[in-house]
Amino acid sequence: MVSIRSIPSTPSSLTYHDLPWIIEHREDRCQLCGRCTSVCPKECLQLTYRRQRMPRLDILQKKRGSDYKTFVGIRQKTDLDHRCIGCGMCSMVCPNEAIGPKPNANDERARFHSYQKLDAAKRGGRRNDRSSLLDQIMFNRISMLTDPALDAGRHEFYLNTILGRILSPEEYLRRKQTGEWIPPTREIFPFIIGSMSFGALSPNMWLGLLQGVAYCNEVLGIPVVMCTGEGGCPPWVLKSKFLKYIILQIASGYFGWDEIIRAIPEMQCEPAAIEIKYGQGAKPGDGGLLMWFKVSQLIARLRGVPQGVDLPSPPVHQTLYSIEESVMKMIQTLSMAWDFKVPVYPKISGSTSAKSVLNNLVRNPYAAALLIDGVDGGTGAAYNISMQATGHPIASNLRECYLDLVAQGKQNEIPLFAAGGVGKNGNVAQNGMALIMLGASGVHIGKYIMQAAAGCLGSEKDRCNVCNVGICPKGITSQNPKLYRRLNPDDVAQRVVDVFSGIRIEMKKIMAPLGRSQCLPIGMSDALGIADKDVADKLQIKYVC
Amino acid sequence: MCRLAMKTASEPFSPYSVLQAMEAMQEGYDGSGLGLLLRGVTFADYKYKSGDPILSGIAHTESALYRLNDYMQDKGFTLKYDHEFDTDFSLVEAKDRHQYFVRVYNTPSSWDSFTQEQIDQELMLTRLALRKNGEENNGDLTVFGFWPDVAIIKEVGWPLTIGDALRLSDNRISSRICMAQGRQNTNYGINLYACHPFFVQGIATMTNGENTAFIPIKEYLSGVHWPGYTGYQSDSEVFAHILHYVIRKLKLPLEAYKHVITPLNSVELSNHPQGDFLKGLRDVCRRLIIDGPNCVMGTLPDETTIMCMDSKKLRPATIGGNPGEWALASEMCGVDAMIPERDKSLDFQPMRENSIIVPPDRKEYKIWSQFDPFPLHQAA
Repeated sequence: MVSIRSIPSTPSSLTYHDLPWIIEHREDRCQLCGRCTSVCPKECLQLTYRRQRMPRLDILQKKRGSDYKTFVGIRQKTDLDHRCIGCGMCSMVCPNEAIGPKPNANDERARFHSYQKLDAAKRGGRRNDRSSLLDQIMFNRISMLTDPALDAGRHEFYLNTILGRILSPEEYLRRKQTGEWIPPTREIFPFIIGSMSFGALSPNMWLGLLQGVAYCNEVLGIPVVMCTGEGGCPPWVLKSKFLKYIILQIASGYFGWDEIIRAIPEMQCEPAAIEIKYGQGAKPGDGGLLMWFKVSQLIARLRGVPQGVDLPSPPVHQTLYSIEESVMKMIQTLSMAWDFKVPVYPKISGSTSAKSVLNNLVRNPYAAALLIDGVDGGTGAAYNISMQATGHPIASNLRECYLDLVAQGKQNEIPLFAAGGVGKNGNVAQNGMALIMLGASGVHIGKYIMQAAAGCLGSEKDRCNVCNVGICPKGITSQNPKLYRRLNPDDVAQRVVDVFSGIRIEMKKIMAPLGRSQCLPIGMSDALGIADKDVADKLQIKYVC
Repeated sequence: MCRLAMKTASEPFSPYSVLQAMEAMQEGYDGSGLGLLLRGVTFADYKYKSGDPILSGIAHTESALYRLNDYMQDKGFTLKYDHEFDTDFSLVEAKDRHQYFVRVYNTPSSWDSFTQEQIDQELMLTRLALRKNGEENNGDLTVFGFWPDVAIIKEVGWPLTIGDALRLSDNRISSRICMAQGRQNTNYGINLYACHPFFVQGIATMTNGENTAFIPIKEYLSGVHWPGYTGYQSDSEVFAHILHYVIRKLKLPLEAYKHVITPLNSVELSNHPQGDFLKGLRDVCRRLIIDGPNCVMGTLPDETTIMCMDSKKLRPATIGGNPGEWALASEMCGVDAMIPERDKSLDFQPMRENSIIVPPDRKEYKIWSQFDPFPLHQAA
C-alpha cells in the first residue's frame, strides 16, 4: 500500500480555514502591485505562479475545450509562524480594495497547535476578551430637581487628583506646627499614561507621548503625567524640565537605573513620582520581558546591556525577601535619593493579597500610593496563559481595598490608583470615572492610549498582538527604524492632546449632572448602578434594571 | 428648595417671630416639616441657670416617657424643670405624639470631678443612648438634644402650624438665637432626625440644597470612630459634624471651616499669603469638601453665628439687622420679616469666598474672605 504523499498530513498541518484570520483576496481586482506582500508584518502572503483553466466554448463549431494561462497571484501561508494576525495593513496599502483579513467564523483549529518549538504560546498585546464589567456601570444619581444644575460647559470644575501620601488632618497640623517633614504630593490629572517602557515603545512613539503630555501641561493646563515603565528614560529627558511630567519606574530588572541615578545631580526638576513595579496585571507574578528582537543599539545603550539579547526581569526584586522589607527598604531608599521630595509608590497586580500589601503600606510613612493593576492590563510580551487566565479583575479588588481603608478611617490617605482594562472598548472616561467612584484616586491607561493616540491595530478580538517581536506594523512597539518611521511623533502628540482634552470634557459631563465640581467624586458609590445583582452586592453599589 | 431663617439678638425673643419669617418665605418650600433650634434659652416661668443641660425631644407613648424618666433617674440626673407645652394636638399631622418635652436636668453628682471635656462627652453619650433606646422600641422616643442652653424641636408639618400647635407665640419660651429650617428631609426617607438643624456637642448647622459629596464624607467621618459622628439620615448632617471636627478635633479657628468645606483652587492658593499651609490643609481635608449648592448657617456654644456659601454661590442668603440683633435668611423677605426696622444699607449677601461671622457681642458682623490671611499664627 502506498500513501497518498501529495496530502500533507503531519499532526500540525493546517489549512488557511483553520487559522484565526482568513485573508480574502479578490483576484479580479488585484493589479499585482505587490504592496500587500511587502507590508505584511508576518509575511503571511506568498507570491505564487498559478495555472488557471480558461474554459473554451466555440458555439459555431460545437467544439469544447480548455485553454490554460499562467499568472502571478498571492496565497495565504498556513504555518503558525506565518499566520495572518488580522492587522489589516494589506488592505491599508492596497490601491484597489482587493485584499483584507476576515475573522474566522468557524472553530479555528490553530489554537490546538499553539505549543510549538518546545515552548508555549506567547505574544504581546491584550487579553482578547471583549467583556468589560466597567462598561456596564451607570452613573445614575442625578441632581436634577432640587438644585440649580451645574453647567459642564461654563462652570469651573476641579478635576485633578492627588498623588502622594496624605496625612490625617491631625497629623498634618502637628507636623506643620513642629516643622516636621510633610510627604510630597502632586496635583495630577486622574488619567495617567501607564507604564510602557522606552524599549517596548519605539522612540517615535515615546517622543510623541512626551510631546503630547508636555503640551497638555504647558498649554492646556491639564496636568497629565506618564510613566516610563522599566528601561529608563533617554538621558536628555532626565536632564530636561519635562522630567516633572514623568513617573520613573523601577522594576525587578533595574534596567535603565544606572542612567537615572547618574543623572540625579544634573536634574533640573524632580520627577512626578517613582513607581516600584512588583507586578503587572497582564502577567501577575511574572517578570517583564523585552525580547531580543527589540533590543536595538539605542535600547542596549540606555539599559546598559549587550545588543540583541533577551532582557527578562525576574518575577520579584532579587534583593528582597518580603513585601514588608521591600516597603521598608526600596521605598525609603528611593525617597532618600530625591531628598524625600518625590512620592514613591509600588505597583502590584490585582490579586487576593492586594489588601495585605495595602495594609502594609498604610503603616509605612514613606509610601505615597498604591497602584493596583487588574487582569485586563496589556503587555509587551507574556505567555498566553498568563495574559488570558491569571489575575484578578480590578473593580472588586479596588473596591475591597478602598472599603478596607474606609473602615480604618484612612480613605485616600494612601491614594489608590487602578489599572487594567480601562477604556478597552473605547469608553475611557466612563470606565475611569466608574473606578474613581469605586474608590480610585486615578487610573492608568496604556492600551487605550496606544490605540487612540497612535492607531495601534490591536483589538480585543485577537488582532495583531505582535508587540513582543518588534514587527509592529504601525511602528509603535518596534525598534526597527524602517517600521517606526511610519509613526510621526507630531501626529501622536496631537492625538494625545485630543484624547486628554476629550476626557476632560467627558469628565465634566459626568460630574456636572451628579452635582460634583469641587473635587473628584472619589468613592461616590451612591452614584453608581449596575444591572447585575451579584455585582451590585459585591461592589456595594445600587442594583438597577 | 429649603428655606432657612436664623435670628441672633442680645435680648431673648420668641421663636414665633422666626416662624413668621418662614411663612414669609413660604413660596420656596413644601412645608413638609420644621426644625427649630433655640440657643440661649430663657423660660417665662422658670429661672434657668445657664449650664444646666436641657433635654429636648418627643415621647411618642406614655411608656416611652416612663422609660425616659427611669433612664435619667438611674444615671443620676435630677429633673429641675419640665416645660409643659400647651399642645393643640389637632394641629399636629402625626398621630403618634404623646408629649413634646423640653426639660432641665441637674447633672449627676458623680460628674463634679469631671473635666469639661468629659462632661461634654457624657452629655452626648446620654443623648445617643436615649436615641438608641427609642430606636430599639419602635421609635417611640426621639431625643434631639441634651446640652446646656439649647432646646430643639422638630416636627412634620407646616412650620407656622407646628408653632401654633405648640403655642410658641405665648412667649413662655424664648432665646437669644433661633435657627429654623422649613422642610423635612426629602432626599432620603422621612425621619424626624433628618430635619435640620443638626446638632453635636453644642455645634449646630442647617443648610439648604443637596450635598452630593455626602457618601464619601459620611464614610470618612464614620471612619473616625467617634460616637458623635453617627446618624446621617440626611445628606446635610455632615455639615455640623465637619464644623465640630474642625473646631473641636482639629482645634482650628472658625474661619478654617470655609477653607475645609470649599477650599480655594490651586491658582488662587498660590497667590495666597498662606497658600502653602492652606494647600496642605485642602489636601488632608479633601475628603470633607462639600459639593453641591449650599448655604450653611451655624451657631457655636459661645453664641457665635456663621453663614457661608458653596463654592459657586449657587444659593442665595442675606444678613441684615441692627447692632445687637441680626437676621440671617436664605431669602431677603425672611430678613425683612424678622427685622423690618433696620438700616438696609447694612444688608449683605455673601459671595462664594465669604464667611459671615456674628460674634457673641453682636455689635456688628464680620465679612471674612478666604483670600484674607488665615487667623492662625502657626500657619504664617
